[in-house]
Amino acid sequence: MEQRDDIIEYSLYNHHSEEEGKKMRKKIWKVTLILSLVTLFEVICGLIFKQGDSFSWHAIKVIFIILTVVKAGYIVLSFMHLGDEKKAFKWIILLPYLIFIFYLIFVGLTEGAAVGMKM
Amino acid sequence: MSGHASNEINANVGWDGKGSPFSVGYGKLMMWFFLVSDALTFGGFLIAYGFTRYSYGGSWPIGEETFDALPFLHGSYPLAYVALMTFILIISSVTMVLAVEAGHRMDRKGVTKWMLATVLGGLIFVGSQAWEWSHFIHGTKFGRVELSDGSVATAKGEFGKIQSFEIVKPGAHYAGIGELITNDNITKEDGDLMHAFQHAAAKRNLSGTAGAMMITLHDGTVARVNKDADQGLQLIVKEAGTLHALSSADDETTRIHEEEGSVALYYEALSKGNVVYGANLHENEYGPQTYGHFFFFVTGFHGFHVTIGIILNIVIFLNVLKGTYHKRGHYEMVEKGGLYWHFVDLVWVFVFTFFYLI
Repeated sequence: MEQRDDIIEYSLYNHHSEEEGKKMRKKIWKVTLILSLVTLFEVICGLIFKQGDSFSWHAIKVIFIILTVVKAGYIVLSFMHLGDEKKAFKWIILLPYLIFIFYLIFVGLTEGAAVGMKM
Repeated sequence: MSGHASNEINANVGWDGKGSPFSVGYGKLMMWFFLVSDALTFGGFLIAYGFTRYSYGGSWPIGEETFDALPFLHGSYPLAYVALMTFILIISSVTMVLAVEAGHRMDRKGVTKWMLATVLGGLIFVGSQAWEWSHFIHGTKFGRVELSDGSVATAKGEFGKIQSFEIVKPGAHYAGIGELITNDNITKEDGDLMHAFQHAAAKRNLSGTAGAMMITLHDGTVARVNKDADQGLQLIVKEAGTLHALSSADDETTRIHEEEGSVALYYEALSKGNVVYGANLHENEYGPQTYGHFFFFVTGFHGFHVTIGIILNIVIFLNVLKGTYHKRGHYEMVEKGGLYWHFVDLVWVFVFTFFYLI
């Protein structure tokens, strides 16, 4: 492809040297370890705590959701490099999503419980 | 004063499309926008799932009871398989980000290696999902039964092996009273002993009680079922009837155990044909019909995304081999494919939590 010098080539902004690469790979493997350990922890909790109306199950449910968001955060910010992008760009991606999802979760669960009580 | 604004904003740079306020290339920006909309689509599905699940209460299937099988192994290994699938997808995400990193150093060999690993990881994941769907569709050996009091229950325990069918009344295919039908001489129409047994049960062609069942095969042959006794058969009541209350997941004493006559109840239901095996779009043995719909639709839509991702990754891989990106001077295409691939992993993280854990 012909290079056009009137367009700023942002793709080259991300190039880095061998030393920086080493650091980045180290970080990648660290995140891998965290994601694997969190998943393992979730599976073990899933086996130990049985679903029911007990307090411990409700607590573990909340922990599952928090851990899922933590995992999602690591994937988006580290693997997808959103954490390295410009601040404005980062929030333009994250904010609409966060607002809508929290709103939808709230509405979905409230309405679901209301329908459940009627049945 | 009048020229003040034009000094602040250089119209030649700022407003004619040359510069991006985000310092991101066009393709990458559009990929991000697509992913935001796709994430909202998946978000909508999962919210709908949560809403439906919440409104059903106790009869909804429980992850560690429903997904406890492993290929080639008998017995119960709750969540082991989906945990493995999750791990495979995480690892393929890691190889992808390593390919992107190698691309930033213009390391063509590295990109080639890691892209290949990513494609392989994706294929392994889709293969695993195919097995899981197959298992979900074919179902467990016990299935789900409706008991005589109207309650509905799933079963746990070790299904006793069916050794043979002993012919009592010959039909069109099988002759010779007292001869044994085994997996070696069974007709193709009946498949194998297990298949013939489940088919007969669902079609009300089984009769008798546990240990003394009679089966009527396709061709009208009537045979005695020689079957080992089931071990530790427990019935988990999913919908209460007049005699049996709902079992709760956190208390195994609320299940119907062998001492409380689980075996007799189970085979009574089987002899009446009140049994569902596996899943299709009309009914499934795991729970409400809607559950099956959601399972097929959400995991299917995710599997579809993974398949598209594999195809994109293969195209990118071939271009890496050809040297297309090396000539271009940057590997941004690997980055764009990577964004999509990580997104697929991201969605699975949520599917894993809401479908299998909670």
